Amino acid sequence: MKDIKNPIETEKQEWRKQQIKQRLKTWLTIFSPICLLLIWQFLSQSGLIDARFFPPPTAIISTFIELLTSGELFHHINISLFRIFTGFLLGVIPGVILGLCMGLYAPIRHFISPIIMALMPIPTLALLPIILIIFGIGEVSKVVTIAGSVFFPVVINTIAGVISIDSIYLDVAKNYGASRKDFFLKIALPGSLPFMMEGIQMGQAIALLTIVAAEMMGARSGIGYLIWTSYSAFLLKEMFVGLILISFFGYIFSLILRGLQRKLIPWR
Amino acid sequence: MSQNSKISIHELTKVFYKKQNSVTALENITIDIEEGEFVCLVGPSGCGKTTLLRILAGLENQSSGNFKIERSNEDRPNQSMVFQERGILPWLTVEENVAFGLKMRHLPKWHVKERTNYFLNKVGLAKFAKMYPKELSGGMKQRVSIARAFANDPEILLMDEPFGALDEQNRYILQEELLSIWSETKKTVLFITHSIDEALYLSDRVLLMSAQPGKIIDEVKIDLPRPRKLEDMRSNQEMASKFLDIWRHLQVEVQGSRL
Repeated sequence: MKDIKNPIETEKQEWRKQQIKQRLKTWLTIFSPICLLLIWQFLSQSGLIDARFFPPPTAIISTFIELLTSGELFHHINISLFRIFTGFLLGVIPGVILGLCMGLYAPIRHFISPIIMALMPIPTLALLPIILIIFGIGEVSKVVTIAGSVFFPVVINTIAGVISIDSIYLDVAKNYGASRKDFFLKIALPGSLPFMMEGIQMGQAIALLTIVAAEMMGARSGIGYLIWTSYSAFLLKEMFVGLILISFFGYIFSLILRGLQRKLIPWR
Repeated sequence: MSQNSKISIHELTKVFYKKQNSVTALENITIDIEEGEFVCLVGPSGCGKTTLLRILAGLENQSSGNFKIERSNEDRPNQSMVFQERGILPWLTVEENVAFGLKMRHLPKWHVKERTNYFLNKVGLAKFAKMYPKELSGGMKQRVSIARAFANDPEILLMDEPFGALDEQNRYILQEELLSIWSETKKTVLFITHSIDEALYLSDRVLLMSAQPGKIIDEVKIDLPRPRKLEDMRSNQEMASKFLDIWRHLQVEVQGSRL
């Protein structure tokens, strides 16, 4: 019977059960991608799917190591990361500043928001030919393309973030004599951070999409270029290496931004 | 207007206007509050008492009339407000919240630090200085809000139902703490509440307001000696009759605004 047992002992067992359940969930998360790779390997090797189009993961890994040791891969990764990073910053910084201004000052918001609304639906990639004409085929054009597509989600989320700040905080700031600069840095910036970081996350995902497409269309290097040329030459293992790299970097960037979010918003 | 009043409000009127529909929130409010006086403003919800406070706090403009806060020192801010719940900034730590007013005035760092620590100790939150508001209880948050206002050392203090959202026991404790801090500084306070008990316990004078349009309909002097104990107030026969007096007055107003 249950009530004969010591109550602490009962709860201890209950707690252990919870711990095991928790660990199981972690394992399931790790297990799912491995499971997918195993199925892929099996299907590809057994000939159930065409190994020319879907080479087995083990073959992709050995190609990956080959490209890595030859140094070719590093070159592509370096150049792509440089483009993503500079483009990202060039999109995020003006996006945050303009977003704060628009959120804080209604006249600026009403004046500029129609322009943003009109430009936003146009994919930056569709503008790539014009960007190439203006900025040439060098690095600047890729960086500008990325900056352009990162800018919009950041600006829109920052505006929403500022607007969502509870008006009582604005009253507090006003009552205690906050200057214009204080409103900007002590109220609007921290108050809009949660929304802003969501926008930056979105921007990060869009930056990866954009870099690959931009490098496919007008570049002589980078991960997108690697994917495109490998595909054209029917080197599908190399193409898969490129695809997996993109997915890998997307995952890493998300992790970095989540960590940053926790650092920047400790009060949530 | 009397000569030595700290706050003088003269025929203040506030009208809210929206699409040919105007509501008179405050009508010809005239109040004089002396230096060092603790005045409570009691009235039914929606009687415009918060609007009056917001006008004094510079958060809203009156439609007509005027008010004046007598200044004693050029460096002091005119007024500081203790807001209803949610009045402390969630992205600042307890310490930074208390220092907020002082920092906005760009006072020297050592001075900010000293005053902040002094008032953190006063409200018993020194241990929690580095925490964020999300980790605090409702009572602790209001202590932060009170410390912030006192630390700012304003000419007058405005309090907008600061204890309205607290449970009864916490409210009694905070009322007592407020009186103890106040007795040290002897600031002039205008305190809004809808609790008659709270008004009787805290104030030197209770002003009664009517609803829509908000007018001052009566005032009651509370001459219970200080320092006050809650027990004294409860056992005092005169206070009991004052409670009933105020209640009868307000009852009419509350029922009137319900119809």
